[in-house]
Amino acid sequence: MPSHPKLAAEFIQNKERAHWHDQSLWFVRSKRDKAAHQLPEWELLREQASQIKQYTVSQLPHLLEEFERNATARGVHVHWAKDATEHNEIVHGILKQHQVTRVVKSKSMLTEECHLNPYLERHGIEIIDTDLGERIVQLQNKPPSHIVMPAIHIKKEEIGELFHEKLGTEKGATDPQYLTEAARQHLRQKFIQAEAGITGVNFAIAETGGFVVCTNEGNADLGTSLNKLHIACMGIEKLIPRAGDLSVFLRLLARSATGQPITTYSSHFHGPAPGAEMHIVLLDNGRSEISGSDEFRRSLNCIRCAACMNTCPVYRRSGGYSYSNTVPGPIGSILGPARDPKANSTLPFACSLCGSCTDVCPVKIDLHHQLLTWRKEIRVKGFLPFSKRISMKMMSWMMQAPRLYRLTGKMARWIVPRLPRFLLYNRMNDWGKQRELPEFPKQSFREWMKQNHDNK
Amino acid sequence: MTTSKDDILNKLRNQSVPQRELPDLQSPELTKEWIVYPDPTAQFAEVLSGVGGECYPVKDIHEVNQKLSELSAFKEANKVCSQISDCGSPNVSIPEITDPHDFEDIDFAILPGEFAVAENGAVWITNDGGPARVLYFLAQHVTLLVPASAVVSNMPQAYERLAFAENSFGTFMSGPSKTADIEQSLVIGAHGARSLTVFLVEETFQTT
Repeated sequence: MPSHPKLAAEFIQNKERAHWHDQSLWFVRSKRDKAAHQLPEWELLREQASQIKQYTVSQLPHLLEEFERNATARGVHVHWAKDATEHNEIVHGILKQHQVTRVVKSKSMLTEECHLNPYLERHGIEIIDTDLGERIVQLQNKPPSHIVMPAIHIKKEEIGELFHEKLGTEKGATDPQYLTEAARQHLRQKFIQAEAGITGVNFAIAETGGFVVCTNEGNADLGTSLNKLHIACMGIEKLIPRAGDLSVFLRLLARSATGQPITTYSSHFHGPAPGAEMHIVLLDNGRSEISGSDEFRRSLNCIRCAACMNTCPVYRRSGGYSYSNTVPGPIGSILGPARDPKANSTLPFACSLCGSCTDVCPVKIDLHHQLLTWRKEIRVKGFLPFSKRISMKMMSWMMQAPRLYRLTGKMARWIVPRLPRFLLYNRMNDWGKQRELPEFPKQSFREWMKQNHDNK
Repeated sequence: MTTSKDDILNKLRNQSVPQRELPDLQSPELTKEWIVYPDPTAQFAEVLSGVGGECYPVKDIHEVNQKLSELSAFKEANKVCSQISDCGSPNVSIPEITDPHDFEDIDFAILPGEFAVAENGAVWITNDGGPARVLYFLAQHVTLLVPASAVVSNMPQAYERLAFAENSFGTFMSGPSKTADIEQSLVIGAHGARSLTVFLVEETFQTT
């Protein structure tokens, strides 16, 4: 898998576009701030949310069983999947049993994580993503680049071109209103024809056996109220103990995600409609591993609002695809290595440790601390590239030898300002890319102290 | 042979995860902090208009009908259905429909909502899972009638009113369907309702 630095470098080749991407996400971050400031109890809500989620993880086996019991009592079929393969087999099994060949799906990062779409397509089932952003990237044959706004990286001209080719819209059309209307008409047909609906799950309630799905478009509701089969796929960390806990989470989720006071639809499902069938697939796929880790357990608090990516200076300037992980950004850089530390070894370094993600996280995940801890883990596991290993070693050696440190500093202060530009700004010096090095001071702090204080 | 369920649960059970307290959301120290609006109805109307919906406080069904006759979406609607007695002169009878697909061409639906939430402009609706559930999402335009006395300030107050024993389905609807998936440009009318009008009705009204 190409490393984050390599893909990020490709992304910023197009400066104008990288800037546009950065601004789009900052706009969303600003809307989040405005929404958060409208509730004086915002910080209190974050604290409650964090405590509820930490309690949930501490009681996970117990709460999962409680959820299964209550959901079953309401006529829901509950399935357990250890990994992506088992998850996909279960979903396919249910569809096959009902002889379903046409499925609509609302946004679910979990099914992206499991690569459910290509799996079902290989088995002859048409699966249509119905969230507009997800439909756009599906038509492009690409994954989402953002977990809340899957097509945030695509320009309207490109969407116009794509829709012209795939949906027969007018050539050269770029008006979002027109393009959205075309998608509405196209997807209405898919909703009407579908024999089953798949949704993700935002929250599952142990106490009642119900679950909640949030959308702005209404696609989860259309996809599940026109046919007789609803399959909901969820990670085992999506649980909350009580229905009342939603009064905390639904106040935080949309405000953190897009700056809306709540999503347009927050639908609570408690069992199938008369004559219909409802299935829930509970997926582990590495989550139980994270729950066993004291360092990373809190990453299971995540409610997938994406506030951390909208604020992240690295994500905004490198794009979702540079992470090569279903969930990009700060939280993805924690979850990715947890699943496969070797493949995702560069992600924890895609971070300036500025801590902005930790500040905005509605469930108070200590994101930048966990990213730092991951760097150590990557080193311990031996996945650090040679260049980083050797430079760290040299740095450590120099830092431990005061005289050498002083000498190196002195030499650098003398030599660097006299070097020709091509020796400073080239492939070898990552710190000289796209920016000027800071001006070197004439003397070190130690020398300055000596001159100004010690002799007085 | 162990099942995946056993595997997952056993793995979790064998971990030593520090015990955590579950916060009591009913405790007065918390509840006194939740935002309460001096005029919840005005707040609700303001937030709803901010998310693209419209709110009219009215006296009775007669006034609803009058207001409806001024709405262009209603005037232009060919197929109308209503779950409120004497409201909106419907020409499609809901009880006669058994397949939700038959609601495909409904232009305007008048439906009941249980209560409204001031902090986010949402209306709580429930449905027992009959075919009419799809009307909230499939109709081109949706109008909700909510008792004027049923406006709460915040979500904790909303959840105090909710029990999930009866209906298999319930949702908070806040404004019309929308998307900003194309370059962050807000477009109203993604898949669901193109417009959402909420009437807060003073006098009691009957559902059909």
